[in-house]
This record gives sequence, structure tokens and C-alpha cells, in this order.
Amino acid sequence: MNIIVPIKQVPETSNVKMDTETGTMMRDGVESIINPLDLYAIEIAIQVKESHGGRVTVVTMGPPSADKALREALAMGCDDGVLISDRKFAGADTWSTAYVLVKAIEKIGAVDLIIAGERATDGDTGQVGPNIASAMDLPLATYVSRIDAVTGTSITVERMTEEGYEKLRLPLPALLTVVKEISYPRLPTLRGKQRARKTDIPTYSVADLDVVENHLGLTGSPTRVVKIETPKVTRGGKIYKVVDDHSLEEAVDGLIEFMKKKEII
Amino acid sequence: MEYKGVWTIAEAHEGDLKAVSFELLSRGRKLADELEEELVSVLIGGKVKEERVKELIQRGADRVILVEDPLLDRFIVETYSKVLIDLIDKKKPEIILSAATVNGRTLMPHVAMRIHAGLTADCTELGIEETTRNLLQTRPAIGGNILATIKSPDSRPQMATVRPKSSRPLELDESREGVVERIEFSRDLYDDRVKHLETISGGEEDINIQESDIVVSGGKGMKKIDNFKMLSDLAHAMGGVVGASRDAVDRGWARYPQQVGLSGKTVTPNVYFAIGISGAIQHLAGMKTAETIIAINTDEDATIFQVSDFGIVGDLFDVLPLLTQKLAKEVK
Ligand SMILES: Cc1cc2nc3c(=O)[nH]c(=O)nc-3n(C[C@H](O)[C@H](O)[C@H](O)COP(=O)(O)OP(=O)(O)OC[C@H]3O[C@@H](n4cnc5c(N)ncnc54)[C@H](O)[C@@H]3O)c2cc1C
Ligand SMILES: Nc1ncnc2c1ncn2[C@@H]1O[C@H](COP(=O)(O)O)[C@@H](O)[C@H]1O
Repeated sequence: MNIIVPIKQVPETSNVKMDTETGTMMRDGVESIINPLDLYAIEIAIQVKESHGGRVTVVTMGPPSADKALREALAMGCDDGVLISDRKFAGADTWSTAYVLVKAIEKIGAVDLIIAGERATDGDTGQVGPNIASAMDLPLATYVSRIDAVTGTSITVERMTEEGYEKLRLPLPALLTVVKEISYPRLPTLRGKQRARKTDIPTYSVADLDVVENHLGLTGSPTRVVKIETPKVTRGGKIYKVVDDHSLEEAVDGLIEFMKKKEII
Repeated sequence: MEYKGVWTIAEAHEGDLKAVSFELLSRGRKLADELEEELVSVLIGGKVKEERVKELIQRGADRVILVEDPLLDRFIVETYSKVLIDLIDKKKPEIILSAATVNGRTLMPHVAMRIHAGLTADCTELGIEETTRNLLQTRPAIGGNILATIKSPDSRPQMATVRPKSSRPLELDESREGVVERIEFSRDLYDDRVKHLETISGGEEDINIQESDIVVSGGKGMKKIDNFKMLSDLAHAMGGVVGASRDAVDRGWARYPQQVGLSGKTVTPNVYFAIGISGAIQHLAGMKTAETIIAINTDEDATIFQVSDFGIVGDLFDVLPLLTQKLAKEVK
């Protein structure tokens, strides 16, 4: 079972504080991490490998420093890493990102299963996984919350929908995007870290891939960002403080009044 | 052939249409009016009730393109994608909007990739650029910390998924007339590789937090799972559903489909209650666009109060019982 997990390096935002005056994010010293939602993809890929054999290859397209994300994944138990990096890829939107990832995956060789994260926490689109499946014409299941069975030729999964779940069977090779519910990511081990440090990670540049140049980077991206705003978070609503029974009564009455005025009740 | 007209993708579920199908039409109507073009609702599915199909017209569509077949009863992206691409090839719409639901967010990138079209995810605002007539698509990104406006100047159609609940359906107008165009499903578009084996209902009615007008969410401040009963009592009194912070979900007090935030769902209800939730940015990412936000928290410095329209600094175990009790009298 050859499994490929495309991962993305994103800015770490868990400790980011908001500047309440300007409503902007304070980004000082923000570190880069593996997209948190990709950890679930890595974990389930390792689990499938552990029970069915094979190799897990993590790939990322990004700046040379994204090498770090790949090594973290190797430390968790992935076998190989591939870095896709070239100035010409910069500025890619989801279409162009997926285009390049597909070319890289084709170069890596025979694949049975591709497992992507649900979405990246920076761009927040969730489009790259379905994009890859579409371009490679692989059967696709998105929002997968459980793998029920894997055979040599098929995979049975549960997919989260608005109404509950649905069970699908896909022939292999196939592509899944997975949600948090699917697994609990393991921590890197010391041995894993040592191995990760020693592993040779090849870098693919434009010259290594069979790509059409005008499909790359900003040029190859159909979408354009025209404007970025930082919305003000503060709403400045009314605040009641409860200190005793009387103020409790007042606060609750105030809330009910408020809800009536807003036609909530 | 020139690209013309605005399409919205209707979503069917068990013979009925989902509410998002109508929300999209109010978005589409505005754009179509501005462009002075036709608004088309595209419905791909099994059999859907006649009167609901008519309702698409009564709520804004000029035309319904209907591709109905028992083989299309279940959403299977490979087939749906081929059907939609076939329609696009034949009719060349200028804009396609779908809901940012699990199926919309699967179908649209599948289609966009193959036709090399620009696609913007989970938009909360749409407009037309005056000079170019391009679609301007605005969406929150980086956990809701920025709002980005995006366009696809050179590729057609311009495609976007739109956040459910971010607009209201138009009033039903029974006098509105339009065309229902049935297009036969051609079997060579059928891709039978993926098999739908079973539908497993979420069990509790509480699961669909994205479609509810009222979401009552609890966090770590709820202390234990039994206390979540207080939230469902409150929610039910108002016809709402129960959501949760990640901390509450991780502790097993609520289920993952109920999680609101960066690694959970994004909701845009009429009213969002944050009860015993501190308001970490990852949580705010999932609920900041709610129409009205109400917070209850013991900590007056909790971030959640900054985004609240109404806040009570107090112990939820005092506030909730009294609120539920008083509410019961009001709604009766
Ligand atoms: C990559 C990443 C993704 C994440 N995704 C999400 C996500 O999708 N959704 C999410 O919610 N979080 C997410 N988080 C976690 C987030 O950072 C916070 O840890 C989490 O939201 C905190 O949950 P909470 O508000 O319930 O708990 P806490 O932050 O512990 O807040 C509990 C609040 O309850 C109040 N309280 C306590 N007792 C009472 C009482 N008796 N009455 C009233 N108030 C009381 C306290 O004052 C406190 O403000 C994510 C984090 C990371 C790193
Ligand atoms: N630059 C990238 N390199 C590798 N994988 C990526 C990249 N961008 C996105 N992905 C994958 O696609 C998923 C969805 O990302 P997105 O569409 O950007 O929200 C991520 O969880 C990753 O699995």
C-alpha cells in the first residue's frame, strides 16, 4: 500500500493574540507548523500502513523551509518526504497548487491511496484535495471520519455530512480528505526524530516536473486577490454584571428584553 | 459563444430541497439583476417534489435546469461533476454559485479543476465590479482574521461557494413565472466506481448546527457532560440546536459534528450563544459572522465579550436555570 499525504506548512496561530484596538492579528514571532488538520491525515495514513504494509510519503509544495514540516511528519512515522519548491511556484492558488502536486505525485510513482487534510487553516479552502482527485480522475471521498475496511482493491469509509454520515466504498487507487474525528495524531518519537534528521529529502523544482510553465504560480492561477481587510472584531454590546440575586434577575430580564427586541423570541 | 447568466446549484436531500438552495437564489438574484442576465437554478438529483421545484422560481429563479434520474439520487461527485461540466459546456454560464456545504465544497473544486476555472471558497459577500463586470468574492481567511476579496478576471465561469445561512431566502412570490427545462441524464456520464452503501443518520437532531437559526454552544465552563442538558433545554425552548467549543468536544461532552471553530464547523446563525466559552480565536473563526452573539461567562475579561452584542458576566449555573425558566413563560 503506497500512501501519499500532501501536507501544507501554515503559520502557527494558536498563541496569536488579537490587537483589540485595530482588530488585527499580532503576528510577531509567529512560527510555521504543519497544518493542524493535516496531522489527522498523517496519523491515519501511518495506521493504514501499520496494518496493511507499504510506505507513507509526505509531499509539500512550499519554500525551502517547508523541509521542516516534512521532517516532523517523518518523525511521526512517515517513510519518505518530497519537497516541491521553486520560485516559479510562488503565488499559486488552489488550482495551480493542485496542478503541481499532481505532477509531483505522478513522478513519485505508483500510488494506492492519497490522504489530504480537510483544509488548510490559513487559506481555509479545502479545495486542493478534491482538485487533485479530479485532475487524476481518482475516486474521491471528502470529510472522511472513519475508515471501515481496506482490501487490496478497495477502501470503505464513512463520510461526515450535514445530516450524519454516509458509508462509501471506493476502488483503489483513491483519494480521501479526512476530518479531525478520524484519528488522534501521535507525537514524534525520539527514534523517529533521529531517523527524520538522517532521511534524504529530494526537492523537485520546475525542471524536474513535466509542467506547462503558464500553469504555474500567479500566472497559472485563475483567481486574484484584489483586497485584504482586517475586520474589526469588537461589537461593543451591552454587558450585565451579576453580583447578587437582584443583579441576576436584572441581567436575565435584560437578556429577554434584548431577545424580544431582536425578534429572537 | 459568450458566457452569460448566473447559475446557482440547488441541493436535494431525500426528495426535498435543502434551504441553502433558496438562500443562493437571493444572492444570485442580486447579481443577475445587476448584470441584467438570467438567473438559473440547476438541480441535479433523483426525484424532487414538483412544488419544491416550482418554489425555486417563486423564490427568484428565471429558469430551472433539471437533470433528474434515479441514478442521481445520491451525491456521487464523479458523476455530478461530469453532469455539471456537460451543462457548462453546452450553456456557458458566467457565474456559478453553490453552497459551501460538504457536497458543494466537494463538487465545485472537482469541476473547477477540469475546466481551469477560478473558484473561491466559503464566500460571505458577493458583488459585481462596476468597470469590468467581474464577480467580486469576499471571504474570511486565516481563521476569520482577515477578509479577502477575490476575483477571477480571465477564466469563465467564475465559481464560488457561499457560506450557508449568510443570506436569507427571498419571500415566496406565487405569481412569479419561469421555465423548467428538463435535460435528460445521458448514461455515458454515469461513473459507477464509488458505491454508496449506507446512510447513517446523525441520531440526535442536534447535529446539524449549520442549518439552524439558533445555536446554543457550551465550552469548558460547563464543567461536565450532564450539564449540557441545560443547553439542550435552552436550545429546545427556542427551537435551536446545541454546539460546542473544541475543549468541550475533546472532553466528550459533545460530538465532533457539533464543534464550532477553526477545526470544526463555521456557523452563521441568527443568534449564537457562547456559554462558558472563552472566545479563543480558533473558536471565533467559526461563529464571528453570526448575526447576534450572546455570551455568558464568569470572567469579565474573556475575549468572547468583545464580539458579543449582549453579555452577562456571571455564573452560568445561576443564569441558565433562571433564563430557561423565564423563557418558558415567554414563548408559551
Ligand atoms: C489548530 C487549532 C484549532 C482549534 N480549533 C478549534 C475549534 O475549531 N473550535 C474551538 O472551540 N476551539 C479550537 N481550538 C482551541 C482553542 O484555542 C481553545 O482552546 C478553545 O476554544 C477553548 O475552549 P473553551 O472556551 O470551551 O475553554 P476555555 O478557554 O477554558 O474557556 C472556558 C470559559 O468558561 C468560563 N467559565 C468557567 N466556569 C464558568 C461558569 N460557572 N459560568 C460561566 N462561565 C464559566 C471561563 O471563564 C472561561 O472563559 C483550536 C486550537 C488549535 C491550536
Ligand atoms: N502547498 C501544499 N502542499 C501540499 N499539500 C497541500 C498544499 N496546499 C494544500 N495541500 C493539501 O490540501 C489540503 C487542503 O488545503 P486547502 O485547499 O489549501 O485548504 C491540505 O490539508 C493539504 O492536505
